[in-house]
Amino acid sequence: MAYLTDDPIDAQELVRSVMRASDGAYVLFEGVVRNHHDGKAVESIFYDAYRPMAEKEMAKIVDTVSAEFPTTAVTVVHRLGRLVVGDSSIAIVAASPHRAEAFAACRTIIDRVKQTVPIWKKERGPDGEEWVGWQGRC
Amino acid sequence: MAAMKVRLLFFAVLRDITGTGVQELALADGTTAAEVWQGLRDAHAQLAGYAQPPMIAINETYADPGAVLRDGDELAFIPPVAGG
Repeated sequence: MAYLTDDPIDAQELVRSVMRASDGAYVLFEGVVRNHHDGKAVESIFYDAYRPMAEKEMAKIVDTVSAEFPTTAVTVVHRLGRLVVGDSSIAIVAASPHRAEAFAACRTIIDRVKQTVPIWKKERGPDGEEWVGWQGRC
Repeated sequence: MAAMKVRLLFFAVLRDITGTGVQELALADGTTAAEVWQGLRDAHAQLAGYAQPPMIAINETYADPGAVLRDGDELAFIPPVAGG
């Protein structure tokens, strides 16, 4: 499963939704808003997305990773809107009969989400606001 | 030359620069996504330095900038993504 939400992420609920009786391990990854980026203070982040395409791209990643790690059950949820320091922006659960596949599947999902899913973030700090990744990289 | 209609979506930094989330474009048949980007650069000084378009999506799927648009397409320029 892969979806976007405007609400706080309940990671433990996500874990319960993924776990099967046959699973001996789960890996939970949460990406969290931190108070600094590139040496600058960060107070909050606004997440924007091309919603229908972002959900499609997240679903593609889940499908591909499920095929690559067939014993593993995975779910990813990404939060949008304004988040403050300490809030989770993304949560990924990978559950598997054994730990190795769960670790690998979880890591693979977050790496791919960062590459292809059309989600953007605007960081706000005492010095102003900036879209991350735009300046000089386009 | 016959005209076609394309819906152009803006997100993130591009929505800030253009001041809108969506534009309805009437384009000549054969227009490519890259040509639409060129038009945006001409219209918005903040984009002048970006000769190459960002990644593009047509109908919610990544596509080549040289892709020829079709009537009814939904086009989006995708700035560098920063999810996670």
